[in-house]
Parts: sequence; structure tokens; C-alpha cells
Amino acid sequence: MFEIRFHGRGGQGAVTAANILATAAFYEGNDVQSFPFFGVERRGAPVEAYTRIDNKKIDIKMYIYNPDAVVVLDTSLMKDLDVTRGLKKGGYLILNTQKKPSDFNYKDFKVAVVDATEVAVEFGLGSKSSPIVNTAILGAYSKAVGNVKIDSISKAIRDSAPAKAEENANAAYESYKRTVLGW
Amino acid sequence: MVMMMLKGNEATAYAAKVAKVQVIPAYPITPSTLFPEKVSELISNGEMKAEFIPVESEHSALSAAIGAAATGARTMTATASQGLALMHEVLFIASGMRLPIVMAIGNRALSAPVNIWAEQQDTIAQRDSGWLQFYAENNQEALDLSLIAFRVAEDKRVLLPAMMGMDAFVLTHTMEPVDVPDESLVEKYLGPPEQKYPTLNPSQPSTFGAFVFPEHYMEFRYSQFVAMEHSKKVIDEAFEEFKNIFGREYRKVSGFMNEDADILLISMGSMTGTAREAIRKLREKGEKVGLIKLSVFRPFPKEELVEITKNARIVAVVDRNISIGFAGAIFTELVASYNNIEKKPKILNFILGLGGRDIRVEDYIEIYNRAKEAENRGVKEIQWINVDEDAVYEVEGPL
Repeated sequence: MFEIRFHGRGGQGAVTAANILATAAFYEGNDVQSFPFFGVERRGAPVEAYTRIDNKKIDIKMYIYNPDAVVVLDTSLMKDLDVTRGLKKGGYLILNTQKKPSDFNYKDFKVAVVDATEVAVEFGLGSKSSPIVNTAILGAYSKAVGNVKIDSISKAIRDSAPAKAEENANAAYESYKRTVLGW
Repeated sequence: MVMMMLKGNEATAYAAKVAKVQVIPAYPITPSTLFPEKVSELISNGEMKAEFIPVESEHSALSAAIGAAATGARTMTATASQGLALMHEVLFIASGMRLPIVMAIGNRALSAPVNIWAEQQDTIAQRDSGWLQFYAENNQEALDLSLIAFRVAEDKRVLLPAMMGMDAFVLTHTMEPVDVPDESLVEKYLGPPEQKYPTLNPSQPSTFGAFVFPEHYMEFRYSQFVAMEHSKKVIDEAFEEFKNIFGREYRKVSGFMNEDADILLISMGSMTGTAREAIRKLREKGEKVGLIKLSVFRPFPKEELVEITKNARIVAVVDRNISIGFAGAIFTELVASYNNIEKKPKILNFILGLGGRDIRVEDYIEIYNRAKEAENRGVKEIQWINVDEDAVYEVEGPL
């Protein structure tokens, strides 16, 4: 079982990212679940979403307390929020940032970075002031963790995107290429 | 069949589609809103042919459903919590008029305090309304049990409406792979949506839900009672036929690692899989524990439950509901099911997960440990799990 937690702000697409990742992993023959933090979502407010992936049937239906990977769509959240809460030792921390992995002082985690905001803007996803980075950051997830292939993520994006399917899929490929691994 | 990634609400919307439901009156309420959204979308993009009736309240939604079902149309709606509570008086009218409406419920706590999260109190509070009640463990079951609900509800030996409960958010908003069956297979299972029972018909005028004097009223009520008793057999047949056509097996009561178990847990709804995981962990440590899953609450499957629990030493009933002033509903009815049976296990009640409090593997292990204590000494019959008792005692005084 592999568990992922997404952090973002309402409107950035964290819940959709969790759904797309689950769909992509399902295409690869896994059982999956994805769900939002149960409750109400407000634009700009902190949002969490979750994905579970397993190569056998997933029985449990409870929150994810100790994720294997954490994906942060908006690193401004990290000022007030410990995004590594419960993250397993040796787990992945995937950040949307202009900084380098070595700029972050996490000894226990594998840090991967990509400027998903820049990629999203380049592909015209959302607006310049509020780009939608969810598909771009999934490219970084695939590069960093490797348990879901970028082609599957691209297919899941194309199958589910209500608009700009091609641009979203290409944004994932582009950030896959630009992702910098800190290990 | 086609595998789709669906949230629980979407799975029940697809159930409506493949069952060729003809009329859907609905009023949105968290966490059920995705159901009217999805069926509206399916209708507007031409994937589904049905009349969607937007109404001004849940009371009107079920009233419109009654009107539709009384003409013989296959009718479905969805609601939750306060919405179901607002339907309360109309529920009895639907069952009294013997209309096979199916309603998907996003099981949610009731106010006050306001809470939108998972709890089964809303449907449990309607257990006396004459509706069948099914409960889903996952989104596949939410779809399948909705179809099964139609099959049982529309059976001439039953003709009673049915609720299909799925826990708020844990199912309604969680996306999982779901096998959506072909419409042709579903038509084989349900038959075409045609008038199978006496309906409003201008060429043969009749009256439904009329005024009835004391000399006849009891016979109407006894009819419902008898029909609900008959539904027990019809449900088994519907499960069997479902397995034959779709390959997935359902039972009112099913056991997991229960054969040699000294202690049995009973669970209903979305937390059952989490309970199975706890049972596996306990079995690895050599504990003789098993799980009983309840998929139908009305009619209450007392014969099956007694049969499957009678050889256990202790039965720990987990209720995600509480009748304030007595106990959890499953516990109450299991204890009553043992009436006039001499040899019975010790039965304990554990209340947990109210208002969406997460139900974790360790909560079930805690329940097991507390149940095991009861082997050697007396313990409280009703225990609340994962609750801050001290904070409550400070205000209310100790219990």
C-alpha cells in the first residue's frame, strides 16, 4: 500500500490531482482510492486530498495518517503548516517551488522540486495570477516516486480534463523533465 | 461492463442510468448533491433518458417521487440527514401507498450541532417508516445495492420503497474503480421499467392513500408488515440472481474469519473494510476473532444473525448511531433477536464514528480488547469509543 497526501489551496486543483493520480494508477492495474479532506472547500483556503494505491484490493476506509509521499502545490502553505506531518521516514516530499532541494532542511525525507507554477503559466493553465498547477505537479510526482508512469498520468489527464486536455498532459510531461531530485 | 472511477454519489447516479430510471425528483443537500448534479449531466448530454424534477425541498422531492411512482414510473431520488428528516412524514406515505421508490442516502449526522459528516443516525431514525434499508461498504456496493433495491422493491410480493445508505464522504466523495454493468444485463435483472403494480390510470380510475377508518387501517399496516417479512426471501433471491448475472455476491449477513471465533464484531457500512483489516492483524497474533457484516437493516435479518453469532462467546456490536436513552440500533435489535433463545453469547455495544469521527483500525483493536475483558469480568454494556469522556463528565457529571 502506498499513500499520498496533497496540500494545496482551494482552486489549485489538489483534489483533482489526487483523482488523476488514482486513475493513472488504476490504469496500471492497481486498486485505488482518492478522496478530499472531508468537509467544505473555499477558494484560497488550505486543502488536503489523498490517494491510496495498492496492487491488491484496498479494504480500509480511513484517513491517511502516515503518507509515503506528500505533494505540495503551494509552498506558501509551509509557513503555517507542517506539510511533513506524519510523513514516513524516507518518504517523498514533492514541492512546487523555484528553490533547489538543498534549500530545504529535511534530513528524513527525499525532496524533489519543480517550478510547476512556471510550467502551468507556460501552457496557459488557469491565469497568470492563479495558475492551475495540479497536472504539472503530477509530472514531478511520477519522476520522483516512479510508481505511476508519466504516460499513465498523461492518459488519465486526457481522459478526465474538461478543457485543455492536451496542454494539461504536456504540462505533466514538461515538469517531469524539469523535476530536480535531491537525492 | 465498463470500469469507471466513480465517487459514491456518481455510482448511484450510474445505477439510475443503467436501471433506466424514468423520473428523478431531487433537492441537493451535502453530501448527496453530486447525485442530482451527475444525473442532470447524464440527462443533459443525452446519455440518460429521464425526467429530472428540480423541487423546492426534500419534502417536495419525495412527494413528487410518490406522484411519479404512482403512475408506474421507475423513480429514484437521493438525500441525507436533515433532508431525510424533512421527508419523515412523506416516507410513511410512500410505504403506505406501496410505491417501490429507491432512495440513495449519504448517511450523515443530524443537527444540532451542525455536522455534515458520516453517521447512520439519519436512516436509522427512519427504521420504522416501512422502507427497506440496505447499507453499502464501498462504491461498487452502492451501485449494486441500488439495483438490488429496485429488484426487491418492485417485486409483487414486496412493493415497498427502499433506501440505500452510504456513509457521507467516506463513500459519497471517495473515488474508486466501479464496474458499471451493461444496461442490457440490468434490464434482464430488473425487467423493463413498466407498470408492474396497480397505478394511477385514467382509463381505470382508482384512489391511492385514501382516508381509512379504524375497521380497515390495521389491515393496511399488517399488509406492510407481511410484505416486509416476505421481502426476506425476495432479497435472498435477488442476491442470488444478481450473482448469476453480474458475478458479485451479496448476503444480508456475511462472515469473515468467523467460523472458529470466540469474539465476533458486527459492522455495517463503510467502516467494515477497516474492521476486516483489524481482524487480520488480530488473527496474525493468534486472537480468535471474526467479523460479521450487515448489508441489510430492514428487514432486520434476525434469523441469519442469530445463526451466525450463536456459537461465539462474545459479540461486540459496532453502531454508528445511538438511540439516546437506550443503545445503538443494531445492538438493540440483535439482543431482541435472541428473545426466547436460551443459549446466547454475551452481547456488548460499542458506539463510534459519530459526526464523521474517523474510524481507524486501532479503534477496532480497542473494541476487541475491551470485548475480551468481558470474558473475565463484568464490563459496561454500552461503551463509547474514541470519545473524551472526562470533558463530558466535567459538564454533565460522571456516569
